[in-house]
Amino acid sequence: MSAVWPHLPILQVIIPLFGALLAGFARRSGAAFAITLVVSWLMPLCAGAMLWQVLASGPISYHLGSWPPPWGIEYRVDVLNAFVLMLVSTIGAVIMPFARRSVAFEIEEGQRAWFYCMYLLCLTGLLGVTITGDAFNAFVFLEISSLSTYVLIALGRDRRALLAAFQYLIMGTIGATLYVAGVGLLYLVTGSLNMVDIAARLGPAWADNSRAIIAALAFVTVGVSLKLALFPLHAWLPNAYAYAPSWATAFLSATATKVAIYLLVRFLFSIFGVAIDFRALPVAAIVVALSLAAMFVASLIAVFQSNLSRMLAYSSVAQIGYITLGIGFVNLAGLTGGLVHIVNHALMKAALFLAVGAIFFRVRTVRLSELAGIGRKMPITMAAFTVAGFGLVGTPGTSGFISKWYLALGALEKGWWVVVFLIVASSLIALVYVGRVLELAWLREPSDAIKDANDPPLSMLLPLVLLAAATIYFGLDTEWTAGIASMAAKDLLGGLR
Amino acid sequence: MSLDLILRVGTKLILPFILLFALYVQFHGDYGPGGGFQAGVIAASAIILLSITFGLEAAHRIAPQSLVERMIPLGVLIYAGTGVAGLLMGKNYLDYSVLAHDAVHGHELGIFLVEAGVLITVASTMTALFYAFAERGR
Repeated sequence: MSAVWPHLPILQVIIPLFGALLAGFARRSGAAFAITLVVSWLMPLCAGAMLWQVLASGPISYHLGSWPPPWGIEYRVDVLNAFVLMLVSTIGAVIMPFARRSVAFEIEEGQRAWFYCMYLLCLTGLLGVTITGDAFNAFVFLEISSLSTYVLIALGRDRRALLAAFQYLIMGTIGATLYVAGVGLLYLVTGSLNMVDIAARLGPAWADNSRAIIAALAFVTVGVSLKLALFPLHAWLPNAYAYAPSWATAFLSATATKVAIYLLVRFLFSIFGVAIDFRALPVAAIVVALSLAAMFVASLIAVFQSNLSRMLAYSSVAQIGYITLGIGFVNLAGLTGGLVHIVNHALMKAALFLAVGAIFFRVRTVRLSELAGIGRKMPITMAAFTVAGFGLVGTPGTSGFISKWYLALGALEKGWWVVVFLIVASSLIALVYVGRVLELAWLREPSDAIKDANDPPLSMLLPLVLLAAATIYFGLDTEWTAGIASMAAKDLLGGLR
Repeated sequence: MSLDLILRVGTKLILPFILLFALYVQFHGDYGPGGGFQAGVIAASAIILLSITFGLEAAHRIAPQSLVERMIPLGVLIYAGTGVAGLLMGKNYLDYSVLAHDAVHGHELGIFLVEAGVLITVASTMTALFYAFAERGR
């Protein structure tokens, strides 16, 4: 065990990579699933060990190929990315058992092994973006996760999935191009790709290169915002989430946008924020304005959706707005709220999309008009949906309340009373779209389309119930979510110039 | 008597040289422009030329679909496996210096293996892409 200890950062990335390759070799869906399950369950152990190590003794640095930074690629784990690594790998581990039946139902036999291969590649990419301390290496991992995501979406149940994947491919590629252009500018100015090193060199370079640095900030912010679907750059997201295989949607909604948010935070606070006073630039104000727009516009669009997946997809855009709102506050409570909502939203949205997957598994439709009375036929599934739905609204006692509490505190600290009001008002819109589904599910007589439905098998039910339970648990005990998030926020703000 | 005699004979003549040139580019990557990616594309172009001239069946006999699909992960496996070799010998991932008796030879061997992996994956990916397009509508 002690021999493994110093190599945990790289194992976090190469175990899923090897898993993907083996799944690609296996070609048979059963074997590929077994490999994927083992890998997914190893990941939280790895991330948990690193989180423990970081909390106990500070950041971990790992030098690939033993080349010292800034020349070689450095993997650098601090509280913030250990927190995100833990989230991504835990989500993957918890929802993996759900995949076997759901994937077997939605994807034909010949493509199932490729599905698992692509999922593991996506996991590799997401964990890689999070763990690396090298700006260009982050781009490479971003592309690994994006390319595999396009394939995951294209494997969806009908031909509209192809169009959705293509739409995302175009937008994702533009985002990645902008990001790498920004990194290129930073390299031009500082001569370095290592994030810590860039941050150290950027300050002295500011006097002569302020235009290039501002351009780099703009490129990186817009590029990453496309990836994280910040309103109005979210156009790819609703179709991608609606037409991807159900399980892939649950995974992506809980992790992919969250990792992009992590990258934005890393660039704003650990690179630009350290070197220049970005509070003097309008970045945070723009982010706050767009976040508020996302919270209202996307929530309103969600109210009028007739397809449950699309409704939840628009809700995701709105919820991402809450996260970026907290980031835009640039104060302790706000940033804590944003970071803690990364976790809380991931847990809730994974539960909701798993419930949608379970419904599709039983009744082959997710059109709201056909789901009347579904709660009476699939009570456990819809109970979990209800709990997570209340979390989305931000009801006290659920984790969503904790996020919004911190966000409101952050707004108060800034003296922005209007924003506090807006947070509450947008939550009421969430209540409308969630309430609409709940009324339909519980209070109507079951329709003919769903008369044979019942709760899915245990392997699908258990992840769903676990995530719903987590929504309540983290609404009551916030030590592991808000506690660590506020430590990470303190670190980030402490480094600011 | 078909009219594509020159094409057929010409293809047969040029194929070994294409493959040889691929190997040249592969190994010359140490000293000048070249390496696994370029070599892989050139090697795949040999298969593509073969199937354009003699038909897809002829290409499938030499490089069957199932083999091509397995070679894609195999190349990456060689690359990543070279990294793990360093890990197993008590150094960091991708540290090639432990692969041979001294660090310089170790690095040479490491890059050689990594480039071999790149060659395999690129050549098979190009071929798989060509097969995918060529087989559409069949």
